Amino acid sequence: MPVYRFIVRFQRADDPRSVGLLADARALGLTALACIQCQDLFFIEGQLSPDECQQLARSLLIDPLTQSFDWRELPASPADPPPGALIVEVALRPGVTDPVADEIVRAAHQLGLTGVRRAATGLRYLFFFAPSASIRESVTQSVPVRASATESVTNSVTQSVSVRESVTKSVTESVIESVINPVIHRWALGEIEPSFPVEAESSGAVETLRLRGLTDEALLALSAQRRAALDLAEMQALRAYCEREGRDLTDVEFETIAQTWSEHCVHKTFKALIEIENSLDGGLPSVVNGPSSTVNGLFNTYIRAATEKIAAPWVLSAFVDNAGVIDLDGENEISFKVETHNHPSAIEPFGGANTGVGGVIRDVLGVSHKPIANTDVLCFGMQDTPFDELPPGVLHPRRIFSGVVAGVQDYGNKMGIPTVNGAILFDPGYAANPLVFCGTVGIAPRRRSGSGPRPGDRVVVLGGGTGRDGLRGATFSSMTMDAQTGQVSGASVQIGNPIVEKGLVDVILPARERGLYTAITDCGAGGLSSAVGEMASRTGCEVELAQVRLKYPGLAPWEIWLSEAQERMVLAVPPEALPALQELCNLHDVTLMDIGEFTASGRLVVRYGGRVVLDLDNEFLHHGIPQRKLKATLPAAASGDSLDHSSSTVHRPPSIVPRPPSPVHSPLPHVDPAQTLLRLLAHPNIVSKAEVIRIYDHEVQGGTAVKPLTGAQMDAPSDACVLRPLGARGRAGIALANGINPEYGKRDPYRMAMAVVDEAVRNLVAVGADPARIALLDNFCWGDPLRPETLGALVEAARGCHDAALLFGAPFISGKDSLNNEYLGADGQRHAIPPTLLISSIGVMADVTRAITMDLKEAGNLLYLIGDFAPTFGGSHFHLAASGLCPPATLNEPVPSVSARTPGVYAALHRAIASGLVRAAHDLSEGGLAVAAAEMCIGGRLGLDLDLPPGDPLRLLFGETTGCLLVEVAPLQAAAFEAGFRDLPLRRLGRVAETPALTVSAGGSLLFRLPVSALLEAWNTSLHEQLLTDD
Amino acid sequence: MTTKPKALLLLAHGTNRDRDAAEALTLAGADPEVIPLNLLRQARRRFDEYQMLVLPGGFSYADALGAGKLLAIDLQTYFADQIRAFVASGKPVIGICNGFQALVKAGILPGDGVEATLTFNARGRFECRWVTLRPVSSTCVWTRGLDDLIACPVAHGEGNFQAAAPDRLTGQIALTYVLPDGSPAGGAYPANPNGSVLDIAGLCNPAGNVLGLMPHPENHIHPWQHPLWTRRAGGRSGLPLFENGVRYAVQL
Repeated sequence: MPVYRFIVRFQRADDPRSVGLLADARALGLTALACIQCQDLFFIEGQLSPDECQQLARSLLIDPLTQSFDWRELPASPADPPPGALIVEVALRPGVTDPVADEIVRAAHQLGLTGVRRAATGLRYLFFFAPSASIRESVTQSVPVRASATESVTNSVTQSVSVRESVTKSVTESVIESVINPVIHRWALGEIEPSFPVEAESSGAVETLRLRGLTDEALLALSAQRRAALDLAEMQALRAYCEREGRDLTDVEFETIAQTWSEHCVHKTFKALIEIENSLDGGLPSVVNGPSSTVNGLFNTYIRAATEKIAAPWVLSAFVDNAGVIDLDGENEISFKVETHNHPSAIEPFGGANTGVGGVIRDVLGVSHKPIANTDVLCFGMQDTPFDELPPGVLHPRRIFSGVVAGVQDYGNKMGIPTVNGAILFDPGYAANPLVFCGTVGIAPRRRSGSGPRPGDRVVVLGGGTGRDGLRGATFSSMTMDAQTGQVSGASVQIGNPIVEKGLVDVILPARERGLYTAITDCGAGGLSSAVGEMASRTGCEVELAQVRLKYPGLAPWEIWLSEAQERMVLAVPPEALPALQELCNLHDVTLMDIGEFTASGRLVVRYGGRVVLDLDNEFLHHGIPQRKLKATLPAAASGDSLDHSSSTVHRPPSIVPRPPSPVHSPLPHVDPAQTLLRLLAHPNIVSKAEVIRIYDHEVQGGTAVKPLTGAQMDAPSDACVLRPLGARGRAGIALANGINPEYGKRDPYRMAMAVVDEAVRNLVAVGADPARIALLDNFCWGDPLRPETLGALVEAARGCHDAALLFGAPFISGKDSLNNEYLGADGQRHAIPPTLLISSIGVMADVTRAITMDLKEAGNLLYLIGDFAPTFGGSHFHLAASGLCPPATLNEPVPSVSARTPGVYAALHRAIASGLVRAAHDLSEGGLAVAAAEMCIGGRLGLDLDLPPGDPLRLLFGETTGCLLVEVAPLQAAAFEAGFRDLPLRRLGRVAETPALTVSAGGSLLFRLPVSALLEAWNTSLHEQLLTDD
Repeated sequence: MTTKPKALLLLAHGTNRDRDAAEALTLAGADPEVIPLNLLRQARRRFDEYQMLVLPGGFSYADALGAGKLLAIDLQTYFADQIRAFVASGKPVIGICNGFQALVKAGILPGDGVEATLTFNARGRFECRWVTLRPVSSTCVWTRGLDDLIACPVAHGEGNFQAAAPDRLTGQIALTYVLPDGSPAGGAYPANPNGSVLDIAGLCNPAGNVLGLMPHPENHIHPWQHPLWTRRAGGRSGLPLFENGVRYAVQL
């Protein structure tokens, strides 16, 4: 059948897409590029007349006012390439979702062009290089050949006639790498051959894996060969099961168990029995159980224990469902879940982040809630990392940054969910292992839905087709990556289709209202195997895999069962409700697949074409995994702080290890405070993230009362966002924030955990949330827990979470861990991330119109510093910004601890805000008091006159502390405000000034004065521009 | 008491600001109903059962092949006669963001065969930010008589309005991007967020009953949605625009 090839190009050479590509490529160091033209390719298979080809292009493929096109029938001799251009054409690999291709076929038929049979898309790049030889030289130096630019690239480039001789091989490779990702793309120099999706049918092949009688070595070899990530004890348990049952396992059974028992699904490290090999002076903290210094499960001992001790009546569901659930206003409940999608984002940043967002939205759908807000916290390597410092096979951090941000944007915006809170951090340790935390908040009327599946209910899958995408994602995410991971695990990468997921929302919410299902869960890691397996874990079920709609042929049954194809939910549907659900699906173009039935057998039975390919009993599948026994060495730098719980009530812990009394600090050498402040404001972790925040839609759904960017010019950083969801009655609202600090994590994981819980709580209190109604989520991203010191740091962080939750009376309602964030480079070195704990916080406020923002409001108002102010330089950003200028002694200072008086400070602040006494509040975080004050000035475009209390000015300005905020109060309200802080730490620091300048004095003498315009200029430094000026 | 005019809010595959628009219409006194496109295709609902038609924002068909393009093909194939009759009857129609894109790509706006498009923002990326609009048309039933400026967000990547002969459209310009003080944006970013010719933010058909606009007045209908409300600033609500449309529908 004929194939027609269409090229669509913009009539203007400076179309925004091409201009953006050029800017990105040049920022990656490809300064030899003078111009990029990017054009769209469409391949149409079918029987079309020349007139029909013209009509197809005019009415479907181009925007007639801005674009033009060429077309011809294939095969035909390629058109002459423009002289001097390097031409690269790129298409998706077979099996990678191409939603546009499907739409072309559908819409062409709609237009009466019924001769169109199949379609495929691609991109055509024309690269033009600057003529200068000197540029060539500098590029060759700055862009070395990388391991993943394979020999075949080099060979074909050498043969290509379209490449001018002056363009070196390495530049060509780098240019190609800047637009393709071999994990999802195939490409060609010159014209690419189209390939089309084909009709779908499974291969039906099932293998039997012999386990009985295998030696331990052979067991481990089998685990490695199938990339199962099961250890010896687990493989031995499988062997014992086979011997008991008198049979071996099919590949479907083996893969199912590997997924169900993966770190990702079962969190074996957090459930492990941990033996602590060293102890701190005077023994272990009291919360560590038993005389033998063991912790029987980090999760139960620290995380769940904290929630149970706090026993907040407004927590409606913690840890059991897909997302944690709390009460909003007595009529509505809200859910919150945060997930990571780190490994997929490392190898395909757009798809990894895209499906990370899609996955966490499905978690909220999995509790039948309407998604109303997204959060995202991203950690990347330094954006100016030289190429030759990257481990082989690792994408440049700048590529990862732009891909991840685009992936988050694409999914959230298209779903119509506002992205309202987040953070972006940089550390060299994230270069090979970026962290992508995606969160979603949901809402529903307060009525617990779903009785759980009942025998006789149908097993129904809603959503997209099943392909080879994301195979073994759960085990993949549980392994250390190496240079080959990208290639081998290519199948683990998924590309999302948010519009399909939007269809799921449109179906599930009314289906819930009408009671059309008894249980629901999402298809995440492990695909159907884990979704159906979990749902049927208390009943049993029988599934027929031949009923699953496939995207393309050749999938073996285990691949169908394990595929992590996106945008699918599994529902338990009573047979009598099935027609109504089908009708709803038809209305919203959602595919419904009835693949089986829940039973009372206690067994999971899977057939393919009638033949049994899996038959496992629930008891073994869900409880047969042996508890891991691990060893931990506590970090030497650990502070050994602890809360004494023996005599405490939750809300009044008697003491925390006292803060270091304002100590005899060695005076700092002369460091210019004004320059230091400007450098801090321009530091990548502190600098404005407005360019990213604005590509996320934070207004859709109309509920964003306090926005991520705030202040007089809408460009200052909010501490938290406040939502008043549509559908909620009255003025009740939700506040969202987070706390994260890898700098502290590197030094003292216990204090880090305390500090980030404090930060997450404080950010909420700063906008007016009620500190008595705050719930927390924990996301641990760590290295390999089999290394005792890595696990020791994790133990300390979990203990810190527990103690901080009790201190603030803020329960954990959900959490997740992502371990093995390590990268084995070809150099044989392990590259691990800094111990990173994200605490996401969700708070409730009775009246959103009482919320406040951080920007200064009015000249003449008073500025207070509240909280126990004990600035220290341990882990501070002062060190990052003023490195080399600080005496080594300050480097070894402990990171900040949390004062026992902090909850009282927050309660007092909340009462003041609720009474309308406060005009602005802002927390002290990275960069300390000076950065907080500068940000408030930027927000209000107003000045501040500050007089520092006694002490070393540099420490007071840039040291970091927990538990403190700057608060703006009108003079008339000062007395009432101060009265609320009787016996609590509060000091008057200065006044808001009409003249827009930050003026800081100590003891009456001027330290520095910086105009707000200078603060703004430093803070608005673009990450991108920083790179270019550094060149 | 007059009965509330019934408003049809068309829910295409990927429409996502339907509830936002429904809230604005409810507050403005209409009776909005969100209708999935397939219900209309199956003829279980008809356009002429309604007094107002709203094409809300979103990403119909994921913006595949250009924002609004495939929804425009739906309008031109499935519903061509019904839409033509609805527009010709003079009933108020509004297309917001993706709805505007669909109306333009279906040729309903600007109308009279003038070639126009909404293409990629001049800065090449999606952007969400608050803008200030000046209602300028007395022909348009949605904007006539509105004196106050409107503050509301934009959230789009393809909102750059261009036309083959922009001079022919001056009578149809309904809303323009202006600086917060009300002076013309003059094409300058960020007041004109996308590079639209003549600072066009919204455009009506020659008869004035069909309005298309990129910004989202439906997201500024409560005082606490304004970005400066904690600074005790406010006003410039988007609600009067919807009240205007509803008032017009009521008196038809």
